[in-house]
Amino acid sequence: MSGRAWKFGDNVSTDEITPGRCLHLRSNLQELAKHTLEDARKDFAPNVKSGDFVVAGKNFGMGSSREQAPLVIKLLGVRAILAESFARIFYRNSINIGLPAIVCKTQSIEEGDELELRLRDGIVSNLTRKIELEFPRMSPTMEAILNEGGLIAYVEKHGDLLLA
Amino acid sequence: MVGKTLAEKLIGWHTASGTASAGEVVIVKVDYTFSHDAAGPLLINQLERLKTIGTQDTEWTSNTVFFVDHAVPAPTKEIANDQLLVRSFAMNNGIALSDAGNGICHQVLAEEYASPGELIVGTDSHTCTAGGLCAFATGMGATDIAVAMKLRKTWLRVPESFKLVIEGHLPRGVYAKDLILKALSILGTDGATYKALEFHGRVVEEMEVAGRLTLTNMAVEAGAKTGLVRSDEKTRKYLRELGREEKWREIKADEDAVYEREIVIDATELEPQVSIPGSPDKARPVSSVKGTKVDEVFIGSCTNTRIEDMRVVGQIFKGREKARGLKLIVTPSSRRVYTQCLDEGIIKILIEVGATITPPGCGVCFGALGGIPADNEVIFSSSNRNFPGRTGNPKAQTFLGSPATAAATAINGYISDPREFL
Repeated sequence: MSGRAWKFGDNVSTDEITPGRCLHLRSNLQELAKHTLEDARKDFAPNVKSGDFVVAGKNFGMGSSREQAPLVIKLLGVRAILAESFARIFYRNSINIGLPAIVCKTQSIEEGDELELRLRDGIVSNLTRKIELEFPRMSPTMEAILNEGGLIAYVEKHGDLLLA
Repeated sequence: MVGKTLAEKLIGWHTASGTASAGEVVIVKVDYTFSHDAAGPLLINQLERLKTIGTQDTEWTSNTVFFVDHAVPAPTKEIANDQLLVRSFAMNNGIALSDAGNGICHQVLAEEYASPGELIVGTDSHTCTAGGLCAFATGMGATDIAVAMKLRKTWLRVPESFKLVIEGHLPRGVYAKDLILKALSILGTDGATYKALEFHGRVVEEMEVAGRLTLTNMAVEAGAKTGLVRSDEKTRKYLRELGREEKWREIKADEDAVYEREIVIDATELEPQVSIPGSPDKARPVSSVKGTKVDEVFIGSCTNTRIEDMRVVGQIFKGREKARGLKLIVTPSSRRVYTQCLDEGIIKILIEVGATITPPGCGVCFGALGGIPADNEVIFSSSNRNFPGRTGNPKAQTFLGSPATAAATAINGYISDPREFL
């Protein structure tokens, strides 16, 4: 299961991922998803395929706490977001909805590279360049939430909020 | 025993063990949770999924507030439907409702709800504003807040703290907004990610809560989890004026608290600051961008449209007119501020200067309602963000500055130094 890399730069804000002018679409995620990242790259939303990757620089998702931002990325079928770093709230939101947000060195990944994520091994394989990128494990609590597919599923399973 | 930062103290008071140290991951009891019309529909959906989890009584609703503030009055049927859902859910479940026109959530929280020592989480990144009252307050997404509402707790990594010491005194024409823009230019948009920003120094000690709320409001623009100011006699005075003095308690960081980084800013020599389009950390002295032609001025947002800001704006606008062809939009931050402006004659000054006054709310700041710029227009805004597309048109550009700098700019039609009018 591999997918293509869609490259973005540093400091992509939630205003670029899910613009405020689309506020009226927040309860219509299918429609909202058509505008995903359109201010950063117009070609992304119409062409991204299930299993593809968003690959970014530092501080991806800065700004607002709108959870619709990772939600529409997930809805478009994105397998994972790989970034040098994430803004705090966006990172937590991604994990909470079961979308892997992976902190890793993304410089060696080029636009269009075929990538494969081996989450449990902590490895992103760049099949195009025959490079394996190791990434550090996320915190145990984050990992436990992601493994359940998100925070609601986690709380449903445990009946409570626990620390991993 | 090593001393505690404000973040460690406030979080520690909400853990089972009664203590917290930077780097620990803890479960904390939550005092207040809130949401609003932009996140509420998603949150209500998650609350439905959590129906059988946690407490089955309705106790959780007593310390929960819902706001309708993000686009008021509703500009589209879709937004009206979202607001109806939030309004009905609150009314049907005994949740406090701050409805359209009452004000921006962070301002109303400061006026009516947030108190020193509390732990507050809400579905908005500027929740950190309440740190100006020495509450540990941080923004999260709808799913986190749904869980926090229902279980009355959340999990946090206790942040390391940066100590921002603001020495000297504030010169004429320089305000809390200029200080935080200067601090952001040092920190960068992610320079304080996961950290708490603790504001210290003579300027902060002498600053009223209104200004402190401006400092903490923009902590998130450096990536911080929250911004904090001690609770002192200024805090007490603020709460007294709101009829909430009994909520006051003195809180300060320990003398020997450990900070990851210390930054000292001498306010005395500081010029008014302006952030150029792109992000709020791109701040520089007003003199370096003075003369840039501006098409629209917005004085509003949760950052700095309290009565203290409006008085300065009124002083600058009094007896003057805005530049010909310039659009001027002013949004008081709450019904209370709006009423104060009316009582003090500021609304009349605003109307006479040529401003369009919008109801208290968030719409203009994030491009959801009103003030959307035309292609290639330049906005000067007193808000907190100027990311590409923020104001509703990716082909427009936004500069940020204080309400005073915005007012001066509105009169001249180009970026101006407010000291010219003070």
